[in-house]
Amino acid sequence: MADEYIIETFDLIKRYPMGRQELVALKKVNLKFRRGEFSGVIGPSGSGKTTLLNIIGSLDTPSSGSVVVLGEKVETLTPYRSAQLRRRHIGFIFQTFNLLPVYTVFENVEFPLLILKVPPAERRQRVMAALEWVGLADREKSRPNQLSGGESQRVAIARAIVKQPAIVLADEPTANLDAENSYHILDTMVKINQELGTTFIFSTHDEKVIRYLRRKIKLLDGAVVADKHAQPSGRET
Amino acid sequence: MTTLQLAVRNLRAAGIHTWLNAFALSLAFVAIIFGQGLLEGVNRQAEQASIAFEFGDGQFWHKQYDPYDPLTIDNAHAPIPEELKPLLNSGAAMPILIIPGSVYFAGKMLPVLIKGIPADQKVLKIPSAMLTDTTKDLPVLLGQQMAKTAGAGVGDYLTIQWRDARGAFDARQARVVGIMHTSVSTIDQGQVWLPLNKLWELTTMAGQATLITVKKKPIPVPALPDWDFRSLDFLLADLRTMIKTKTVGQSIMFIVLFLLAMLAIFDTQVFSIFRRRREIGMLIALGLTRAQVIAMFTFEGALYGVLATLLGTIYGTPLFIYLSARGISFPGSAQWGFALQERMYPVYPLSLILGTTLLVLITATFVSWLPTRRIARLKPTDALRGKGI
Ligand SMILES: Nc1ncnc2c1ncn2[C@@H]1O[C@H](COP(=O)(O)OP(=O)(O)OP(=O)(O)O)[C@@H](O)[C@H]1O
Ligand SMILES: [Mg+2]
Repeated sequence: MADEYIIETFDLIKRYPMGRQELVALKKVNLKFRRGEFSGVIGPSGSGKTTLLNIIGSLDTPSSGSVVVLGEKVETLTPYRSAQLRRRHIGFIFQTFNLLPVYTVFENVEFPLLILKVPPAERRQRVMAALEWVGLADREKSRPNQLSGGESQRVAIARAIVKQPAIVLADEPTANLDAENSYHILDTMVKINQELGTTFIFSTHDEKVIRYLRRKIKLLDGAVVADKHAQPSGRET
Repeated sequence: MTTLQLAVRNLRAAGIHTWLNAFALSLAFVAIIFGQGLLEGVNRQAEQASIAFEFGDGQFWHKQYDPYDPLTIDNAHAPIPEELKPLLNSGAAMPILIIPGSVYFAGKMLPVLIKGIPADQKVLKIPSAMLTDTTKDLPVLLGQQMAKTAGAGVGDYLTIQWRDARGAFDARQARVVGIMHTSVSTIDQGQVWLPLNKLWELTTMAGQATLITVKKKPIPVPALPDWDFRSLDFLLADLRTMIKTKTVGQSIMFIVLFLLAMLAIFDTQVFSIFRRRREIGMLIALGLTRAQVIAMFTFEGALYGVLATLLGTIYGTPLFIYLSARGISFPGSAQWGFALQERMYPVYPLSLILGTTLLVLITATFVSWLPTRRIARLKPTDALRGKGI
């Protein structure tokens, strides 16, 4: 079946020029992800986690090899088509939240629907539903600078899932959060994964996140050194 | 969702910052219109004064007449052509005879043009009625600058000398009957005004004229062998050139002001793109293309132009209405060398306002777009890391 895998990488290589030499950030990465997976790329700093997620998210292109996302080869997409792919099917969550500073919480979450031209009434209803998911319905009028780190990341999650994308790419989403907030957003994402069937791929070296993963992909110096399915152990008690 | 709507949303969300930027730009916008209006006012005032005091609605010049060649003046006169007599008789046209001469007063000798004008003429604003003198003296009218140069006042006697039709020197005493207040120096400096009929008598050139000024340009203009019709445009050309050269400094000032305003937008935009580079990365991650991000930033800058126009209209309109009604006092304007009154009335024609608005909008859009080109080369992954710009 063509869409047995939602994401596939084939001998994915990413090189960065470094003066006269070059740095190989990803070395022949071959990975396949099924719909609804709750997986994570684990590895020390500089191992290539962010690079991998960015290429899957079509924010970057492979130096060689191929990446197929939802049946599309991302390295061959025109800028317009790759923007379409992200707009419709991919939600991003970053370590640094990246909320749009001048917008309110509501407007931040509304943004993906706005560019998908969802009509206003439906927009309102879906934004509020997404804010309910992350427990911030009462903060819709706040601005990003009035939010704590945990709240900001929850808004970012609401923004990533409001369009109900097939894939959410979360790059170290807990790196700037304390334990309590980390667990809170992890619980939220597990819930979203189970109820909406959204595919999650994390990048992390945070033990708390790793315990929630059902699949752990170990990356070292740009190469996959382990890829194991596991029973999530959940919150530390 | 169009990028224009996003830009509007961004500006609205930025609140007070947007208004401050727009206000700063509107100041430049209003200042440019103010300054151009003032120049336009100077222009019109000078032209209107010249029309009222010197040119009427055009002049017939004797073929030989060349105001820049004093040597031609001697021969630049001829009997008034029959074809123009009806116009003259109805008061719609008026002859002036010009002959070279000199004035002696208080030990000074000044070369002058002696101009004869009908005392009862109604074509020009020259107060020729003062020349309707009932005494036996020969009356003479001076302009204010001429009076100053000669050092003469009302009641003084000047000696006026000229050569008659046969080339013989002749002279008369003339009493100053009035000082004419005019800002048009070309009917003032270096000339004296006599009643035309007296000048005809003294020079034995009865019925002759150098120029004939009309109140209303005749249609069609009669073709006369010895006379050329000079239209108002022709007559005003020199004045216009002079105003242009004299006001070039002012124009440069406005250009500089305008460039500064544009530089401010450019700067704001460069800084804004730098400050918002993570946001740019995020927008691309959210599914905008780079072209859309560029369009959005360009619209934001262009909208500053629109807001500035609106703001400028709000406070500029009453200001300009007030100024054009009350005028602006302009001390020391006599040195300008062309018609300028003490009180200037700026003029704001629609073309000026629309032109400036259009200029502001187009340039604001352009300078807002310029710095966005670096977005085109920006990698979203770099932008998200806060790098790349
Ligand atoms: N734009 C770039 N130009 C050059 N080198 C880069 C660039 N982006 C990443 N790298 C290099 O590629 C390697 C992998 O980087 P990447 O950001 O993917 O690592 P990471 O696993 O996400 O690390 P971290 O845990 O610190 O986020 C690193 O050595 C990094 O220095
Ligand atoms: Mg990383």
